[in-house]
Amino acid sequence: MQLTERHREYWSRNLRITAVLLAIWFVVTFVVSYYAREFFSFTFFGWPFSFWMGAQGALIVYVIIIWYYARCMNNLDREYGVDEAEEE
Amino acid sequence: MSAVTTQKAFTAQLKKVYTLYTGGFLFFLVVLAILERLGMPRAWIGYTFLLATVVLYAAIGVMSRTSDASEYYVAGRRVPAVFNGMATGADWMSAASFIGMAGTLYLQGYSGLAFIMGWTGGYVLVALFLAPYLRKFGQFTIPDFLGARYGGNTARFVGVVIAILCSFVYVVAQIYGVGLITARLSGLSFEVGVFVGLAGILVCSFLGGMRAVTWTQVAQYIILIVAYMIPVVWLSVKHTNIPLPQFVYGAVLEKVTVREDQLLKDPKELEVRKIFADRAASAEAKLKGLPGSFDSGKADVQKLLEDAKAANAPADQLAAAQKAVDTYPKDAAAARAAWTKEVGVKGRAAAPLRHGEAYPAANEKARDISRKNFLALIFCLMVGTAALPHILMRYYTTPSVKAARDSVFWSLFFIFLLYFTAPALAVLVKFDIYTLLVGSEFAKLPAWVNSWQRVDPGLLSIVDVNKDGIVQLAEIAIGGDIVVLATPEIAGLPYVISGLVAAGGLAAALSTADGLLLTIANALSHDLYYKMINPNASTATRIAVSKALLLVVAIFAAYVASLKTADILFLVSAAFSLAAGGFFPALVLGIFWKRATGIAAVLGMIAGVSVTFYYMATTQPWMRGMFNVTSSIADNTWWDISPISAGVFGVPLGFVIIIVVSLVTPAPKREVQELVEHVRYPRIKGDTLDTNSL
Repeated sequence: MQLTERHREYWSRNLRITAVLLAIWFVVTFVVSYYAREFFSFTFFGWPFSFWMGAQGALIVYVIIIWYYARCMNNLDREYGVDEAEEE
Repeated sequence: MSAVTTQKAFTAQLKKVYTLYTGGFLFFLVVLAILERLGMPRAWIGYTFLLATVVLYAAIGVMSRTSDASEYYVAGRRVPAVFNGMATGADWMSAASFIGMAGTLYLQGYSGLAFIMGWTGGYVLVALFLAPYLRKFGQFTIPDFLGARYGGNTARFVGVVIAILCSFVYVVAQIYGVGLITARLSGLSFEVGVFVGLAGILVCSFLGGMRAVTWTQVAQYIILIVAYMIPVVWLSVKHTNIPLPQFVYGAVLEKVTVREDQLLKDPKELEVRKIFADRAASAEAKLKGLPGSFDSGKADVQKLLEDAKAANAPADQLAAAQKAVDTYPKDAAAARAAWTKEVGVKGRAAAPLRHGEAYPAANEKARDISRKNFLALIFCLMVGTAALPHILMRYYTTPSVKAARDSVFWSLFFIFLLYFTAPALAVLVKFDIYTLLVGSEFAKLPAWVNSWQRVDPGLLSIVDVNKDGIVQLAEIAIGGDIVVLATPEIAGLPYVISGLVAAGGLAAALSTADGLLLTIANALSHDLYYKMINPNASTATRIAVSKALLLVVAIFAAYVASLKTADILFLVSAAFSLAAGGFFPALVLGIFWKRATGIAAVLGMIAGVSVTFYYMATTQPWMRGMFNVTSSIADNTWWDISPISAGVFGVPLGFVIIIVVSLVTPAPKREVQELVEHVRYPRIKGDTLDTNSL
């Protein structure tokens, strides 16, 4: 088994996508919660914003992150020719 | 037929079967509802639900029975992404999610959101760091991966120990939940309930392993999500006229906040809270005065009775004085116990918390501690999610890496449906209680209040403390579980829906217990017996050993659960912290850092799980009792972190140790590095690595 330059490029793009998505995950979870009182207590359609984020907003972001990652990586696999033969 | 068309036909077949099943299930509900209208007694409805669902799960178990290794351990690796998502959802959502979570939110307001975020956000870590790579590795268990990646049986063995530790702690909590629900549905005693529920779990996982568990879990997911949604939607229509509680409860929360402001200032509320504060203070004073206060107190109540008799007091006063004498503690030791308990009513003298306020506390320092623990708990729950073997194992069952990625999305989507709804349920129930129950007359309490007070005073008890005939908020003592259990009655739904909710709770507990027991049995039979003790064992022997172990572990877990010794919420959270501290660093570094060495991983796993365990053992009251820790809790506490978030120390320590030790030990062999490359790419031309031979 020999890894080519293309393989390395695939892996570093994967790492980049992972890092960006992880940063978003970190912000909606920990940063918003940390400043719940200071910056995020304004009212948002009836909810205090920090409460809405914890109860629903963050969850929506998590679902989108995972959906986007799956879509992105499945495309990347094809672009770099490392996708599996159609098995589904 | 080629593999592709077979898989397509299989998926189509599954869709048909589960659509039919869902239709049949709804039909069953309608028939029961009609029978209820015709006068079928409630107890029968409970029995019907218990019997029908357990027989259903057993039937799926019997139909999926297998003795093929790949079918038994990973359901033949052909579970489509959507169905694996549903199965993971049921596997994941335990009795704590289904019954406990909305109640926790009701009681704790914003602080309870740590569970909502923690138990969903962890899937981001599963998706980004683990699921696709573990699927590519494609063996049977998590210790399999550790053994292959970290070169040998030591890493595998440590993995087996941690997997068993966290799964066993978790499964005891589930079986406890099964016992409670079975007892409630059928009226049997708790201990009998535990073993009846256990039979349901065993029939399924015993016969068909992962294959049976998977298809049962899909069926259980459908029951539990229907059971969760119907009452909430109904309650939402009752209070907002809109059947989408998740989108409209903001307005209800605003009304709750206004009501909270009123209740915080209401003189009657203050009066009741003062009565509780006085009772606690007087008990405290009497405790301090022991043993002298025991005798003087006894003389006092006797004198009151004599005075009342002498003054020819009215019958009710006389009876009260007589009761005070009769219920007075028998000796000083009994008095100490009774008064210590009485001091506990201090909690009921506290002002109600504001539902939407983040980190409510008296001062800045306390608020800071509350925030720190909130973030620490989220961290532990998330990392624990991405390290619990019974969840990770599920991603071995998909047909491809692509399907594994899609499947994490579907898993979170199906979990999201319930978690997205729980905060709405908590607010709606709070609104109902704060506006309809508080302020109503004791003579005209709603029917659901009376029935639940009778069933279980621990869940709901309302006493007219200040004798004004009106219910004050401070007079209501409520247990969290009632929020989900009583919602059908609060919303005015027929009893059949109450039965459905209990059946949903049972499905949640059974499905999680199934997955956990299988994890433990596989760790013992596949990793310990086959890979380490007897590598020449035939497939038939391995599966027979696994089944025998499953039986032993299940019975042992049921026995531990029936002792009722432990604090259930703590057990569940402990499982997350232990898994996080033990597995997460070794798994992630194993994939993302080729340089991580075997000895480093072994040391890192041991250190991570040990420090987590040590912190719990020295700071959690029940564990302290078990290990006879005598030094004070304050001395053992680090940075004010509570014991359920102990993983917050284990995870970083695990990372640090693996990194440092790896850098001072020789790099892993070429084959190991090739394995890492192998799992990173879904397919590499010319890659002939066979993970079976590792």
